[in-house]
This record gives sequence, C-alpha cells and structure tokens, in this order.
Amino acid sequence: MRTVKSSMLKRGGWRTMLAALPFLLLGVLLVFLSFGLGRDPTLVPSPLLGKAMPAFEQPQLGQAEQRLSSIDWTGTPALVNVWASWCLACRDEHPLLMSWAKESLYPIFGINYKDKTSDALAWLDRFGNPYRSIAHDEQGRVGLDWGVYGVPETFVIDAQGLILYKHVGPLNAQVLEETIQPMLTASGIETEEE
Amino acid sequence: MKTFKLHAAMILLLGLIFGFNPACALNAEQEKRYYDLLGTLRCLVCQNQSLADSGAGLADDLRAEVHKMVERGLSDKEIFSYMTERYGDYVLYEPPLKPHTYVLWFGPFILMLLVLLVLLVIISRRSRMEDRGAGKP
Repeated sequence: MRTVKSSMLKRGGWRTMLAALPFLLLGVLLVFLSFGLGRDPTLVPSPLLGKAMPAFEQPQLGQAEQRLSSIDWTGTPALVNVWASWCLACRDEHPLLMSWAKESLYPIFGINYKDKTSDALAWLDRFGNPYRSIAHDEQGRVGLDWGVYGVPETFVIDAQGLILYKHVGPLNAQVLEETIQPMLTASGIETEEE
Repeated sequence: MKTFKLHAAMILLLGLIFGFNPACALNAEQEKRYYDLLGTLRCLVCQNQSLADSGAGLADDLRAEVHKMVERGLSDKEIFSYMTERYGDYVLYEPPLKPHTYVLWFGPFILMLLVLLVLLVIISRRSRMEDRGAGKP
C-alpha cells in the first residue's frame, strides 16, 4: 500500500512537470519572438565591414575625362555616400550632409549610382553639393562591388580606406552624432598618432 | 519544377520584351545552370523573392552578373562567393554550415531526439507500472 502511494506521488510530480512543459516552451518562444519584433529584417549586415573599400576607377561626375579611383579617397577618415537623383530618400538626408560638409573635419565622397550625368548635376545645383568628389557609377558596377542594395547608403571609412561602418537608408542626426562622429574621431586620432 | 519552368519562361519573355535577352549566349546546359542558380539566390530588395522572381533593378544587375559568370564557366562555389563577398550569407537561400548556424542546422534534430527520449521514458514507465499492476493479486 505504501509503495503504491509513493509511486503515485512520483507519478504526480512527473505529470505536473509534463503539464508545465508547454508553458515553458511557450515562454521560450515568446522571448525569441519579442527579440524578433525589434529587428529590422531589411537591414542586412555587410560582409565588407573591417575590409578595404572595394577598388574602382570611374569617371568623375560632370568631368567625364577625369578618372577617380578608390586611392583618391584614402588618407583621411571620411564618409562615402551612395546617392542618386531619382532617390527620394536621398533628398531627406541631404540637408544633414550639407551641414556636415560645412562643419565637419571629415569629407564626404559621393558615389552617384545608376544616374544620368545631367540629372545628377541638376539635382546638385538645386539642393547643393556636399561632396568633395563624386564617382559616376552609371552602370551600378561600383554599387555591386560595394554591396549596395538600397540607396541612400553611407559608408564610414578610415584613413587607410578600411570600411568601419555602413548605414542603409537615409541618415539621421542621431546616427551621425552618436555613431558615426565618434567612430571618425577615434580613427582620426589613431592616424595622427601613427 | 513546373513553377520553375514557368518562372524561367517568364524571365525569358520579359527579357525579350525589354530587349534584354539573358539566355542568348548560353548553351542548354549553361542555361539550366543559370536558372538553377537564380532560384537559390535571394534578391536583397524584395527579400521574399529569388533573383529569378524579382523585378527590382538590382536583381536585373545581379542576373546579368550571374549570366556572365556562368558564361565564363565559373563554378557554383565561385559564383556564391562572389555574391556573399558583397552581400553576405543572406543572399543564399541555403545558409552555409558555420559555427553560428549550428543551432539552425542541428537544432531540429536535437529537439527530435529530446522528444524521442521523453517518449521512451514515458513508455518504459508506463510498461513498468503495468507490469507491477499485473503482478498484483
């Protein structure tokens, strides 16, 4: 009689555990799902981070006879902004780039992506030109090598031309101040020390 | 396979309409490889579509790129590494086996093993209980 009772008790413990299992699993699932909510699936991490910027040699926008290469963009920490006149979001971030060009130590280089020269130049006339130099990537070849999938995109490069960071989509003041600026400052100090 | 053929035909048709005929310089074998490859690569603009399905401008460019590489006789591995060097593993519909994808690849099997284990324990307990019950007068 006693053994039967104790085995029944044991069985009861096992049962409550089994009954609790679905709730436990549900809890785990909920934790994963809540993490998933906060993620933006359209942001694909770039495999280029920490690597040298992909080499290119392109005509300069508006001066097709002049060639511009990735070597021209090394020597100083900088931003590389991929833009196009047909890209509406580029207009959103443009005022930020204009004020950056006025105030910052670090230049902005431009990649004009799949754009017509006349359209691109008219756009710059209208909204202002924050770029130190612009590579004209009419076929999107440079864009492919840089892993561009949605303009505007902005890369942060250091003085050696290594890619430190990539921002997909229009820039905002918060990203510029809190992420990009400290990164540039840190890499700028490093190059001065070297 | 049927839908795949349909997609291939649609791409061909679109290509003909818009003056871009991707399948012009490939022989039948290369062409099949080309379309097979397009089905395994993700378009980054419309992320639920493969390169074969997507109408995005970037997909056009990447299709042209894959076409060139097939034409030049590059291996699947070389073509995949061209894509992942630029866009990361995310472009591959089948994720590569790496330490951080172990959970993804082996997780389901581990879960299944666990369930089997639980099942075995329950069955053996039950049969033991029945044995004991049967032994009683």
